[in-house]
Amino acid sequence: MLKVIDSAVPVACWSCSVAHNDVTLFCPHCSKIQPPPGGDYFSVFGLEERLDLDLAALEHEFHRLSRKVHPDRFARSGDNERQWSLADTALLNDAYRTLKDPLHRTEYLLKLRGAEIGEEHSGKDRKDPSRVPADLLEEVFELNMQLEEMRTAHKMGEEDPDLQASLEQAKRKFDGLEQEVDQDLRKQWQLWDNGDAAARKAAEKTMVALLDRRRYLSNLVRDVTETLGAE
Amino acid sequence: MAESNQSGRVVGIDLGTTNSLVAYMQGDAPVVIPGVDGSNLVPSVVALDPMPADGGRPTVTVGNSARKTLIESPERVIYSVKRLMGRGLEEIQDELKLFPFRLADDVEAGEVPRIQLGELRFTPPEISAYILRQLKRNAERFFGAPVTQAVITVPAYFNDAQRQATKDAGRMAGLEVLRLVNEPTAAALAYGLDRANVGTIAVYDFGGGTFDISILKLRDGIFEVQSTNGDTHLGGDDIDNLLLTIALDEIYAEHGVDLRLHPGAVQALRKAAIEAKIRLSSEQFASFDIELPNGDRYQREIPRGVFELLIEPVLARTAAPCKQALTDAGITADQVDEVVLVGGSTRIPAVRSLVDDLFRLAARGKKPHTELNPDEVVALGAAVQADILAGASKSTEEMLLLDVTPLSLGIEALGGTVARIIQRNSTIPASATEHFTTGVDGQTNVAIHVVQGERELAADCRSLARFDLKGIPPMTAGLPRIEVRFLIDADGILQVSAREQRSGLAAEIEVKPTYGLTDEQVETMILDSFDHAEEDFAKRLLIEARNEAESILSKVGGVRTNPAWGQLTGEEQSAIQAAVTHLASVNQGDDMSAIREATLALDKATGRLAELMMDAAVSTALRGKTMTAAGEQLEEAVTAPHAMAPAEFK
Repeated sequence: MLKVIDSAVPVACWSCSVAHNDVTLFCPHCSKIQPPPGGDYFSVFGLEERLDLDLAALEHEFHRLSRKVHPDRFARSGDNERQWSLADTALLNDAYRTLKDPLHRTEYLLKLRGAEIGEEHSGKDRKDPSRVPADLLEEVFELNMQLEEMRTAHKMGEEDPDLQASLEQAKRKFDGLEQEVDQDLRKQWQLWDNGDAAARKAAEKTMVALLDRRRYLSNLVRDVTETLGAE
Repeated sequence: MAESNQSGRVVGIDLGTTNSLVAYMQGDAPVVIPGVDGSNLVPSVVALDPMPADGGRPTVTVGNSARKTLIESPERVIYSVKRLMGRGLEEIQDELKLFPFRLADDVEAGEVPRIQLGELRFTPPEISAYILRQLKRNAERFFGAPVTQAVITVPAYFNDAQRQATKDAGRMAGLEVLRLVNEPTAAALAYGLDRANVGTIAVYDFGGGTFDISILKLRDGIFEVQSTNGDTHLGGDDIDNLLLTIALDEIYAEHGVDLRLHPGAVQALRKAAIEAKIRLSSEQFASFDIELPNGDRYQREIPRGVFELLIEPVLARTAAPCKQALTDAGITADQVDEVVLVGGSTRIPAVRSLVDDLFRLAARGKKPHTELNPDEVVALGAAVQADILAGASKSTEEMLLLDVTPLSLGIEALGGTVARIIQRNSTIPASATEHFTTGVDGQTNVAIHVVQGERELAADCRSLARFDLKGIPPMTAGLPRIEVRFLIDADGILQVSAREQRSGLAAEIEVKPTYGLTDEQVETMILDSFDHAEEDFAKRLLIEARNEAESILSKVGGVRTNPAWGQLTGEEQSAIQAAVTHLASVNQGDDMSAIREATLALDKATGRLAELMMDAAVSTALRGKTMTAAGEQLEEAVTAPHAMAPAEFK
């Protein structure tokens, strides 16, 4: 059953007015659907905070909860029930979307733990030289030149097989670097999930840096893929 | 309303560009509800009858009867109005070039465009409401009871404004729209009902005016959409327009006639183009033979090969959305277990071979699913979803649809860039919370511009609305902390709420939809607000029954001169005569069910007569034609004495 792990403030059910201690999705007394419980995305699935998740179990739980709270189940109910079903399902979907993706999950947990992670909504960050990981400065500089050349060639309707080959090689290299980061992240997950407070702190610091690098690399790979794909 | 209606049927409606349908769940199978003319498809055509001499409001007709007006007085008819739903003046300029939409002359930028129909003006949702009202009436006639709740399908790639416009149309038609369902998803529901499907399916939905592709994962009755993509302005209409443009140009070049100056003739030519397109799906050749206003004839043969070359660029535009949808779902074509074909345009062999290539079907020994009629499958799926929403049905209680938003939601940031807050293909309902503050001391309002789309600049995305957060307590710049919650509901429509956190005040939001009707405007457009009243309903059913009776009586009256009448036995003739006399007599009274029974009895008595007449029609149609061609013409040409009551709106 879905409940908030933090001790919840007793609330009165909007329908039967009976107070319940645990903030559950359904009133234990009258079974009516309740407003979204507080607590984090992990608690939505009755999970402790952790990074190495059983995705099949998560999906199963997502489907089980969806069947109970989805607005389709309340299409002909009163205003209150429809409103809470909508809010509960939005929370459930937001939680599932965040937790099922390894990078989003890591980022979310780090934020919960108070880590500062730069918001990145648009692509402008990667143009900022100060964001380039130091060990990649030279290669990124070279790559950006080649990308520019390639775009010009596309515009002119020209083909440049050498440039194409060199970009494809660069893409493979950066793909590989991405995978390395993913492996490093997984190692940190284990350290965090199984470590004491000090180990967790250290893992958090490492993961913030890894996420930053990962994001940079995937933007780069996306740029190369798009440029190669455009004809 | 405080409490929603708990009882009553919920119908499923496919509000299509070309045709619309209404369906319901009969036991554990969805079925389409036919109109009075016996046809499942109601053409999405709306016509305004001539102004009555007494100065009253003219009657609006919908469907086949409206289509007849198209050639006689095209200025009183509108079709393909779905292309205009939820769109602003500047967005529809291309449509205006291709379709005979006549905009009212006083439409201003930023307003919902109004279309001139004869003497009157209508917004696109009002036109759609007339179509919905016809479907509602068809269903009510079928059930003999009022229908007030519906599920309506929309193209998956419809944006917020297009969805809202569709919902507005439902409200105007007197329908509570319980849910908007994406068309490809509905099709998947219709297919998923009769088999315990597990796997990944792609729905390729190429209709009259829109193209959608959706990738779904099926598991234990849960239909989870992984990704969707499409083009809301790509469909069979585009193919018709290609053929039409070529014919118009050739007519001008060869006969010196600019047919564009004759709207009626253009409609006749469009009809011929559509017929040619349909014929080319089963045959290698199709031909035009049109009489021109100057007495010349335009004759032209189109081989299938030429047709396929011609339409290739149109079909090719469906490929990129398919590839993007696969990428977004994180799979390759080989991982798609089943492909479902939806929409009339998927009957075109070239479309089928494109789909085959895109999903490597033949190469993997697979075939796309076409078992359900591609024109009906969306309505059938809508009926399944209606049954899920109505609840308490054994056949659908295990089913649940988890759909996604097709477009990313963003807000305009400094420098005109877009800050994305909900990514495309997020399962809906989905929400995002953003925080805003002030830039100037004492500032009491903040403006937020919400856009939908995938481009980096707000100017390149679809503007949804501008929100004005008002009543912020005056504070030092940067101190207020306004929390704005964006929520995309299960219909794919955005809801926004805001709160100033330091003062705890709920900030007031003024929503200015970029294109769309206000609640008040929708209220004034609601057709027949008395529609729910029982007595009016009974009265209307009686009127409709009488209309049907009169219609069949007049048809049978004229039929005695038909050669087929002579082929009947004397017994059959007197049975018809008796049925006619009986119907004529009960039709004088007020007993609706007696009239309806007598109408059915006459319909039954004339069954063989109808067959004989149809045989005669077939042998006429067959002259010099193959069976298939004749069959296709027959759909239009059947003139059996069937009741055909025109739609009426007061």
